[in-house]
Amino acid sequence: MEVNFIDIKDFRETMLAHRRKGMDFLRELIGMDWQDDGLGAIYMLENSSTHENIEVAVRTLDRERPQLPSVSDIWMVAELYEREVYDFYGIEFTGHHDLRRLYLRNDWVGFPLRKDYDASEELNPVRMESEPVEEFQREYDIQDDREMAEIVEKLKILHYDQYVVNIGPQHPATHGVLHFHLSLEGEEVRKVDIRCGYIHRGIEKLCESRTYPQILPFTDRLDYLSAHQNRHALCMCIENAMEIGVSDRVQYIRTIMDELQRIDSHLLMYSCMAMDMGAITGFIYGFREREKILDIMEEVTGGRLIQNYYVIGGVQADITPGFAKKVKEYCNDQKIRIKEYYDLFVNNVIFRNRSIGVGVLSREDAISFGATGGTGRASGWACDVRKRHPYAMYGKVDFKEIVHTGGDCYTRLIVRLEEILESIGIIEQLIDNIPEGDYKTKTKPIIKLPEGRFSASVEGSRGEFGVFIESRGDKMPYRLKFRPTGLPLLAAAHKIMKGCKIADLITIGASLDYVIPDIDR
Amino acid sequence: MIDFNSVTTAIDRFLNSVLPHQAATLVECLIIAVCAIVAYLTFAIVMIYMERKVCAAFQCRVGPDRVGKWGLLQVFSDVFKMLTKEIIELCSSDKILYTLAPFLVIMSSIITFSCLPFDNGLQVLDFNIGIFFIMAASSFGILGILLGGWSSNNKFSMIGAMRSGGQMISYELSMGLSVLTLVVLSGTMQISDLVEEQTKGWFIFRGHIPAFIAFIIYIISGNAETNRAPFDLPEAESELTAGFHTEYSGMGFGLFYVAEFMNMFIIAGIATTIFLGGWAPFTIPGADAFNSAMFMIPGFVWFLGKTFFVIWLLMWIRWTFPRLRIDQVLVLEWKYMVPIGLLNLLIMTICVVMGWTF
Repeated sequence: MEVNFIDIKDFRETMLAHRRKGMDFLRELIGMDWQDDGLGAIYMLENSSTHENIEVAVRTLDRERPQLPSVSDIWMVAELYEREVYDFYGIEFTGHHDLRRLYLRNDWVGFPLRKDYDASEELNPVRMESEPVEEFQREYDIQDDREMAEIVEKLKILHYDQYVVNIGPQHPATHGVLHFHLSLEGEEVRKVDIRCGYIHRGIEKLCESRTYPQILPFTDRLDYLSAHQNRHALCMCIENAMEIGVSDRVQYIRTIMDELQRIDSHLLMYSCMAMDMGAITGFIYGFREREKILDIMEEVTGGRLIQNYYVIGGVQADITPGFAKKVKEYCNDQKIRIKEYYDLFVNNVIFRNRSIGVGVLSREDAISFGATGGTGRASGWACDVRKRHPYAMYGKVDFKEIVHTGGDCYTRLIVRLEEILESIGIIEQLIDNIPEGDYKTKTKPIIKLPEGRFSASVEGSRGEFGVFIESRGDKMPYRLKFRPTGLPLLAAAHKIMKGCKIADLITIGASLDYVIPDIDR
Repeated sequence: MIDFNSVTTAIDRFLNSVLPHQAATLVECLIIAVCAIVAYLTFAIVMIYMERKVCAAFQCRVGPDRVGKWGLLQVFSDVFKMLTKEIIELCSSDKILYTLAPFLVIMSSIITFSCLPFDNGLQVLDFNIGIFFIMAASSFGILGILLGGWSSNNKFSMIGAMRSGGQMISYELSMGLSVLTLVVLSGTMQISDLVEEQTKGWFIFRGHIPAFIAFIIYIISGNAETNRAPFDLPEAESELTAGFHTEYSGMGFGLFYVAEFMNMFIIAGIATTIFLGGWAPFTIPGADAFNSAMFMIPGFVWFLGKTFFVIWLLMWIRWTFPRLRIDQVLVLEWKYMVPIGLLNLLIMTICVVMGWTF
């Protein structure tokens, strides 16, 4: 396949030049194994003000010790992305200051997404003992007199003479199995080491051995609070690649369901934030309304959490007759209820004192970390995919992109609450005019994508969710990559959590609103 | 209104007539201990049930309604469950202190509870520094919490214990100040005299502005003393999983839990005694017919009614506010409550000296 590779020697200069030209948002960093064409990575860059996109690919032919220059100093999010690529492909990024595995165990043998990976059980048996804890950061650096980069510096991750506390992997406030390794000084957090991978299921690896319709259900299991949007992205990507047209009715239904899902997620975010800060009544109030959305979803899709609703070419089943009425009733109710959240929790003096000015993420950092969604918009970055690259009905409905400039925990909550109202606005514009038509376009029994690279992205509940497919004309993808919405948030969390109090750490975690299965995949 | 002093004196005289003096005293002590513990547990059960129902009402829920009529047996089944649970022994904990900690907490709680004047003459200890004794007895519960957190050898427990130490010792101060303000007004520390004085009018009315400020300070610091939201930092379940009692199971945890509830009762009871007239009925000077009607209602009904009203206030606060952060807790105490409390004490003293009270 045609890939325009940049020479590895010019790579850093090219990337720096792109950065200088305003390509400040690293959307994705996709590790690739082109077999005979070497190992490498594709970088998807975007200009945050003009929304111009470019792709840069780089590779190395050395399969024994593949090494690429790191860009983690140019885009901060690359720090975690490169660790992921190292984990899956074994590509060593020279200049990266902390190249450890991100998801798999430290004692894992082999790099699973390489095409020549040996998956035999003798190499990686089910280990019954705990993972050995890495104490040092490993840095690869090019030495003048050597061709190969070696580990040049060993920097202690945490000093064990400090008061080291584990928040997670089983902890009520990490919202899943995430592990914060903290070193404390009194109540203050001195250093944070984030360890993920406790719910890593190797979904991208699994996808390579599944047909496209079989891949669909995986999306619901990534970010379960934006199940519809995730699946929307995958369906859209496949539909665009195969040039399947979907009816207007489907577009309407998908847009409405996406927005309902977004409200659902934002309500959960509000509720959990209240819960994490000890306001349990605020939590129950949010869940009271969320329950109504789940009832509507259950009626239409049959599921409350895992919904399996969108399929290639349409949706699984048509909406029910009472759908429009119920949604409208719900919308009217929610607009009144949202005031209660402000009265009870958001305008409470304790909450304001605990969240205003806590965990401030600047606009530059938000872009550099690629922290999209409510977090980016709270930092003043207009990053809504629905506005940047409209899809489905979003180009035709009238809604406002909520952008605030505070960048703190309080603003992040406010952005979400205001977005609920915008989402209700979108639903109300569409719900009365759902056109007649097929709810599903007929597709061929075996779905094969033409050769090529395809990508699509949607605005998930907590940021840009992207799908990248490299197809070799097969019924299975050669490489499929999901852009996680949570990983950039985690990268940002790492920075803003330093120096805060334990209680702030929980507040920041709640306000960033990450979902662990989406980070770990 | 019944004077329970006559009842207790009659019992005392009867016991002394059938038994030698020392044996009679011993029997009296035993009766009192049994009564106090039974009353303690009864109120604990009532309050746990009340908390669940009140909390449910604030949260638009029904609350427990499956075990027994209106869920009345829920608390009993919970206690039974807790009793049957395994008490997990930790190999790296300090065994003696670890076992001792919950008992210290419950002991301080029961001793304080016994000092509350439920009705005229219906109290265990009544001597000239009664209110001072209550403050002293209630504050050694902190020791249990500190020890519990420290001896568990768990980092979360340790942080919880350190927080509780910082918080409870600080708030003891403003609590003492607000009680002192009322002692200045009443001129006595003896609990029976304090209440007797209030049959002419509750102190919160007689002391007007300074008494009211003292009441607010007392309620805030009382909330902090009982480790309840917005001051539940030592537990802070979203930060420290369960704070100082993370490592306790079965009745060890149960004792902490009951003590926390009963401390709320005690805080409310003291508030009732010194601000809201204890068992003294509500009277309006001059309206004799109304006053005599009020005096028909038994004193313990007045006491419990007022106490449960204050408890309801505390629950309302508990289920409304988010949690404070540790630095904010300390700032609130040392930068606001203590200076205000001191100033308030001064104002009260001036009021009393100048005769500006009712």
